[in-house]
Amino acid sequence: MTDLVSIEHITQRFGASLALDDVSLAIQPGSYTVLLGPSGSGKTTLLSILGGFLQPSAGRVLIDGADCTTLAPAKRPTATVFQDYALFPHMSVGGNVAFGLRMQGVAKDARVAKARDMLRIVGLDQAFDKKPHQLSGGQRQRVALARALVVEPAVLLLDEPLGALDLKLRRQMQDELKAIQKRVGTAFVHVTHDQEEAMALADHVVVMNHGRIEDEGAPERVYGRPATRFSATFMGESTILDGRVGADGRVATALGIFDLAGGNAGQMVHVAIRPEHVQIGPGIAATVKDVVYQGSFKRVAAAPAQAPEVALLARLPAYAAVAEGSAISLQIDPAQVILLAD
Amino acid sequence: MARAISILYALAIYGFIFLPVAVLVLFSFQGTLFPIPPFNGPSLRWYQAVLNDARLTDGLVNSIFVAVLSSALATLLGFLSAWGFARFTLPASALLRGFLTLPLTVSYLIIGMGLLIFFNWLGLPKSLAAAGIGHVVINLPLCFAIIYSQMGEHQANIERAARDLGAREWQVLTLVTAPMLWPALFAGFFLSMTFSWDEFVIAFLLTRFETTLPVEIWNLLRAGLNPKTNAVGALVFGISILLAIVFELVAFRKRPQ
Repeated sequence: MTDLVSIEHITQRFGASLALDDVSLAIQPGSYTVLLGPSGSGKTTLLSILGGFLQPSAGRVLIDGADCTTLAPAKRPTATVFQDYALFPHMSVGGNVAFGLRMQGVAKDARVAKARDMLRIVGLDQAFDKKPHQLSGGQRQRVALARALVVEPAVLLLDEPLGALDLKLRRQMQDELKAIQKRVGTAFVHVTHDQEEAMALADHVVVMNHGRIEDEGAPERVYGRPATRFSATFMGESTILDGRVGADGRVATALGIFDLAGGNAGQMVHVAIRPEHVQIGPGIAATVKDVVYQGSFKRVAAAPAQAPEVALLARLPAYAAVAEGSAISLQIDPAQVILLAD
Repeated sequence: MARAISILYALAIYGFIFLPVAVLVLFSFQGTLFPIPPFNGPSLRWYQAVLNDARLTDGLVNSIFVAVLSSALATLLGFLSAWGFARFTLPASALLRGFLTLPLTVSYLIIGMGLLIFFNWLGLPKSLAAAGIGHVVINLPLCFAIIYSQMGEHQANIERAARDLGAREWQVLTLVTAPMLWPALFAGFFLSMTFSWDEFVIAFLLTRFETTLPVEIWNLLRAGLNPKTNAVGALVFGISILLAIVFELVAFRKRPQ
């Protein structure tokens, strides 16, 4: 399979600061790629470079095999859904959606028909003659999506598209986005700092930090087997332990010895343990330091007796009788302990 | 007691501002030859005299002509310069913006004199066009300031969206930027109209044979006071009020977000 978009060694400097540091990334046709990272990680900068709103300091962007690095936004086969939607306030919803076709010189009847079709796909065909200010946030979001999709871009870029919506609407729009992407088959590149959103939407998640790609792959892989300490803590929570690889290749930590492949004898390493892989059971005696009731489960931080400086995170059933200060015995699923690369 | 005083005070202030105008308008309806008490109207004979005076009606038409064209030009130039300053990083941007708005603080007399000397040097004759250019000079800073204040980052993003969808720069300006800013453009245009409409000094210095209404009124006044001057003054005042009302309606109307 050839890459739809190929980002090659992109570096972006703003004055003295390095926003992107030698980033390379491939995007497949029809895929849903999510760029995930905290603010300042370079994810939005990378999206701006893809959309043509920024010229990188170094590196190339190839779309469909053609070098687009210095091509203006209008000339490249991308369309962007902006965080604040950026709808044209003086035009009707239909006028907004048809704008791109109007710029291409499509005749009025044809572009109205296409705009109606696209509004039907996003579920807003009855809003054709309304003005943007008459719509709710979620509806404006859909208009922005329809406006970008109607020009049939090779890649649709979404800059924190759900950031302005409340949580319930965000989860609902998330499902719709995924469904729309499946229906139109366009490759989506979506920027967010919400890891739940990333996992729900992505075929391919790209974790970014300090202008570099920390980890990328299928969300199951990135969550289950994070490559780096950063992605283990940013993509969900983890307990991170220092470890040392012994002569037999096993990793010794403050909470026991784990059979993990990949380390060299004598090397200092980190291991990550996901909270759902820590359960009540024989093994590690600990004192409960903190309990947060989350409805469907309890998030517990405990200090093991053998290593009180460690805050061991556990996801315990909601009915578990744990209270701050009480003694508890915990068990780590050794098959799920993750050896981190850095 | 305190309430009575404040009402009296308010009446005194509004009386101070509007009494002269009220007297002017009242005596424009005078029936006899002199605009002095006792009032013996109402009569429309002086309005008829104004409308029969070709110099005054020509002045009226010239004034409208100069006001509309100079205001349109000032609004266009103000819009383009506001767009330039808001959307591009320019060297010494704050200083250049300062220079652009500086004419607001310079007296019309100085601007008029400067233009007179400059046009003389260029060999440009005194004319309505020269006065119109003068009015662009005084109104451009105003239009710039009004329009610039309304250009935000949110709109920059909307322009970016238009460009992303294939709009060329002139299409962005005409199809997106200008329509989005139309309240500011209208406000700039109508405020410029009111200023151009009753501007005297620059028009006086820069016109000769064909001239604007304020200059014609000045010529009329030199021959002495009569109710005809009141009538033409009342007309000028009425049109100014009309322009001001349009400006207020456009500029301070509550707009949906």
